[in-house]
Formats: sequence, C-alpha cells, structure tokens
Amino acid sequence: MEELLAASLRLGAPLLLAALGELIVERAGVVNIGIEGMMLVGAFAAFAAAVATGSPGIGVGAALAAGAAVGLLFAAFAVGRRADQIVVGMAVNLLALGATGLAARALYAGSIPEAPRWGELAIPGLAELPWLGPVLFVQTPFVYVGLVGAAGVGWFLTRTRPGLRLRAVGEAARAADAEGVSVARVRVAALAFGGALAGLAGASLSVSQTGTFTEGMTAGRGFIALAIVIFGRWRPVGAAAAALFFGATTALQFRLQARGYAVPYPVFLMLPYVVTLAVLALATGGGRAPADLGRPYAREER
Amino acid sequence: MRLLVRLQPVLAALGALAVAAGVLVAFGYPAQPALRALVAGSLGGADAWVATLLKTGPLLLAGLAVALSFRCGVWNIGAEGQLYAGALAATWVATRALPGAPALLLVPLVVVAAAGGGLVFGALAGGLRAARGVNEVISTLMLNFVAIQLVALAVHGPLQELAGAYPQSDALPAAARLPAWGRLHAGVAAAFAAALACQWLVFRTPTGFRLRAVGLSPRAARFAGISPERYGVLALALAGGLAGLAGGFEVAGVTGRLYEGLSPGHGYTAIAVALLARLHPLGVIPAALFFGALEAGAGAMQRQAGVPSVATEIVKGVVVLLSVGFAVATGAAASGAVPGAEDDPDAATETA
Repeated sequence: MEELLAASLRLGAPLLLAALGELIVERAGVVNIGIEGMMLVGAFAAFAAAVATGSPGIGVGAALAAGAAVGLLFAAFAVGRRADQIVVGMAVNLLALGATGLAARALYAGSIPEAPRWGELAIPGLAELPWLGPVLFVQTPFVYVGLVGAAGVGWFLTRTRPGLRLRAVGEAARAADAEGVSVARVRVAALAFGGALAGLAGASLSVSQTGTFTEGMTAGRGFIALAIVIFGRWRPVGAAAAALFFGATTALQFRLQARGYAVPYPVFLMLPYVVTLAVLALATGGGRAPADLGRPYAREER
Repeated sequence: MRLLVRLQPVLAALGALAVAAGVLVAFGYPAQPALRALVAGSLGGADAWVATLLKTGPLLLAGLAVALSFRCGVWNIGAEGQLYAGALAATWVATRALPGAPALLLVPLVVVAAAGGGLVFGALAGGLRAARGVNEVISTLMLNFVAIQLVALAVHGPLQELAGAYPQSDALPAAARLPAWGRLHAGVAAAFAAALACQWLVFRTPTGFRLRAVGLSPRAARFAGISPERYGVLALALAGGLAGLAGGFEVAGVTGRLYEGLSPGHGYTAIAVALLARLHPLGVIPAALFFGALEAGAGAMQRQAGVPSVATEIVKGVVVLLSVGFAVATGAAASGAVPGAEDDPDAATETA
C-alpha cells in the first residue's frame, strides 16, 4: 500500500507540476493547450543540459528557462497579436515535437546517451516516520516541489495582491484594466510561469523518471494536465487531488501488469479523459472556469 | 493590401518552408539535398504523385471537417479521434459484422459505418456542448484519446486478428476494399468531391448560411432565430462524419487493416490545413495537397538526406502561427476568416 501511494505521487508529480502552471495561466484568462509541447521542450532541454554538464540540476534549470521561453513565444502570438489561443497552442505542440525531434537526432545521431538523474531525496527525520515517511518524505525533489507548489499557488491566488490582480484579469479583464492592472503584462507573466512549470514537469520525465529522451516522450501528459485543471475545478487543492488520482491509476496499472494480470491497459490510459468528460458533463455549481477564459483582450474594442 | 491578403496562404506556406529550412541548417542538416529529396519524393514522377495523393485524401477530408466546424465557431480539435472512430466502425463492419457480404453491399456499408463512427464522436461533443455547456475544445481533445484507446482495446481484444500474433485487425476482405487504380483508391476521388460538396453546402444552401451566421456572430444569429447550440451540434456531427470517412478510407483503401497508430496525426495536421485554406472548402484542396506532398516527400527526405520526417511538424506549426498571426494583422478576423470574433452573452452555456 505504501509502495502504491509512493508510486502514485511519483507518477503524479509531472502531472501536478504542469497542471499548476496551467492553473495559473487559466486563472489569468488564457487557455494553453500547448502544455504538451512545453513539457516536451522541457524534457529535452533538461536531458541535453544534463548530458552536456553531467548535472541533473543544471538540466532542471535549463528546462525551467526553455519552458518559460516557449511560454513567452505563446504570449507573443496569443497576447501580443491577440491570435486565437487554441490555435497558438496547437502550433506550439507541433513546433515542439518537430524541434525536439530534430535536435535529438542532430545531437545524438541515433544513439541516445544516458542522462544523470535526480533520484529520491529522503528528508532527514521525517523519512523515519512510520508509514507516512516512505510515502511522503522519500521522494524525488519534483514531488516536493509539486506539493509545496500546490500550497504556494493557493496562497498566491487567495492571499496576495498580485494573485488578486491575476484573478481579476481572468474574471473581468476590462474591469481589471479600468483599475489600472495591465492585462497584457499579467497574462505574459502567467504564461512564462506556466511554461516554466511545464518545462519542470518535462524535466521530471527525462532526468528523473527515465534518464533518457525519446521523440514525443510526454505521450499526452500535457493534455492530462489540462484535464486535471478542469477536474480540480481551477483550484490547486483540487488539482493536487486529481493529479494524485491519475498518478494512482497509472501506478495501479503497472502493479497489476507486474503481477501478471491480463490488464486491458487501454482502459487505464483512457480513464483520465473519460473521467474528465464525465465531470464536465455532470458538474453543477461549485468551481467554474474564469469568466474571461479564452478571450483575447483588446482595449479599444467595445 | 488586398493582394497581400489574397496571397497570405501562399506566403504562409513559403514562409514555413523557409523557417523549417533555416532550422535544418541551424541543426547542421544538409538543407539542399533534403529539399531535393522532398520535392522528388512528392512531385517527381507518377509514383511520387500517387504517394502525395494518398496522403492528401485523409488530410482533405479531415481538413474539411475542421474548416466546417471552425466556420460555425466550433473549435473542433477532435478530427483525430473522429478519424479513429470511423476506422474502428469500418473495420468492425468489414471483419466482424458482415465479412462475407458481396462487394456491392459491403463497400457502401463500410463507408456508411466510417462516416457513422466519426459522426457519433462529433455529435457526442456537440451534444455535451449544447446540453451541458461543455467547452468543445476540451471535449474533442479528450475524445481523441478515448477513440485512440478504444482502437487499442479493440485490436488487443474483440477485433484482433484471429491468428492472434499481432495487435491488429484481420485483413479486410477483398469485398470490403475500395475500388482502386493501382494504389490510388476511390476514397481520394471522394475526398475531392467532398470538398465541392462542402463548398456548395457552406455557400449555396440556407443551412450553410446559418452555419456561417453562427460562426460570425452567435448573438446576431440568435436574434435572427437561429440556435447556435443546434448548429454547433450539426457542425460537429458533419465534421465527425467527414473525419470518420478519412479513417474508413485509410483502412479500406490503404492499409487493409486497423492497428494502433493508424493515423500519423492527420487530425492535427488538418487544423493547419483548414487554417491555411482560410476555412474555405475549396481552399482546403490546395492546402491538403501542400501538406500531402510534404508528408509524402518527408519519407524520401528521411531515407535520402537523413533528415527525420518529424521536421515536417515544424512546417505545420509555422503555417498555423503565420496563418493566425497574419490574419489578425490584415484584419481578416473581421471578414470572417477566423470565427468566434464575437461573444455570445446570451448563450445558455458556461465556459468550462
């Protein structure tokens, strides 16, 4: 049981990190379906930098920077040009797949080296706690960042002035503008942050979970992160619960397969999407999407 | 300026090729041999043209699906899943339901099943949107993965070949295969015909007029007594049918079997196709030919110049960015090239 929970956290961490970034972006009124591509860029940047320097830490730094850069590219079109966010997101996914695929072949010519990895880091003291220790406190740094990040994002959104401004931009961009908040600046900053976290999520795949890079290795996790934001009703605690749940379904699938059960694994792979659709179809009241979600803001329009 | 707007798709396509070539050079790939292989593999000779047309077929149908729904202000990202649903239904009819039927009966049934499978997936997203206010971007995206995993489930289970060796369906019986001239199957011709039919539907019928009205301004359409929800369902169902046909034609015209990864992302490329066509059904023909040639040539490029075919994704991405970035710059949004320019505050739907 402990093992299963620990594995759920480990597998849920990239989902949670990407989802937290997307949550901030969406609360600022922008839908970013390019997270998949941002994760892929992060995974590659982390891998390449870790291989080149021998340090997974530098890899993680590169992933943060590369993810943020892609977020800014997204912003240049979606905020700067007021192009449709969905279309820009699709373009980011295509570009990321092409660019990382090309770069990987160019750099490693078919023989992908092994990258140094960030393994588990036991928190002194807490790791010895019975039951809870091995589950929560002997994890990769990505898990800690995800959990602390969920709390941090919650605190930021509800307890700080910039958080309030960000929510205002997402709920009523025009009113926020009238109050003197720069809608464009907030959205650009949110996208840079969201991109950086997606990059971090990608790094957790390449320099923690696997130690390698393969073309398209994110395999739809960015879209699951998108689903997690909705499933978690645009709240960090909800997102953390949803990420843990989807991490658990994957962990359970591996466990059952390892024990030799003939698991129809597509059912597990389908689950996050079916559950999200069901939640959307059945949800009434409660958390809802920010009112200005998906709308480019133009000052001169009425 | 008008000329610039007219030439916009051509400029976007050329610009994307230039950017991709620049990226290739930056990564140290040989750009000139790559380009030569790309052109030779897509346009150099009869075989190359057949390869291009075979890739154009599904892109044309899926591109029409995307263009039609975008025209109605419905952001259908689900052509990929609708394509798989069509392929799944077609395979089921051909290999399990009626494998012994004569060609005269089986081919039409396979085609109808393909359209029907896609239609169900499209209509599902449309129904969720109309009845429950579920945002179609999210639902179509999620349904893509549902369809892909349903196919995986089918070829590992009920539709797996009786030999049981590989996760793939049995070969479709000869009577289920589309008529073909060499490798070129009738589905490609049908795709071109579908573009003409869509052109007629969108610009020559009252239904098409209402679809466009909803896309331009759901609010004005509602005042005119047109239900944006109902036309949203119609657009998604039609789109699903078209994309489903693309999937059915692939199994009954090209591969002869259903397996995982049947589509190399045709449903996503279709978005680039539709935007390059500026959502114009007739424009989808040259746009699909462009990307069809690109995909056909990419194989040759990989074999002869060692440039991975994934490079084509860059061309697609840049085309999309240039299409929307440029459309806004030239004011094309106002002329209806990009739908959803206006909100519909009376909609009974919640953005979710």
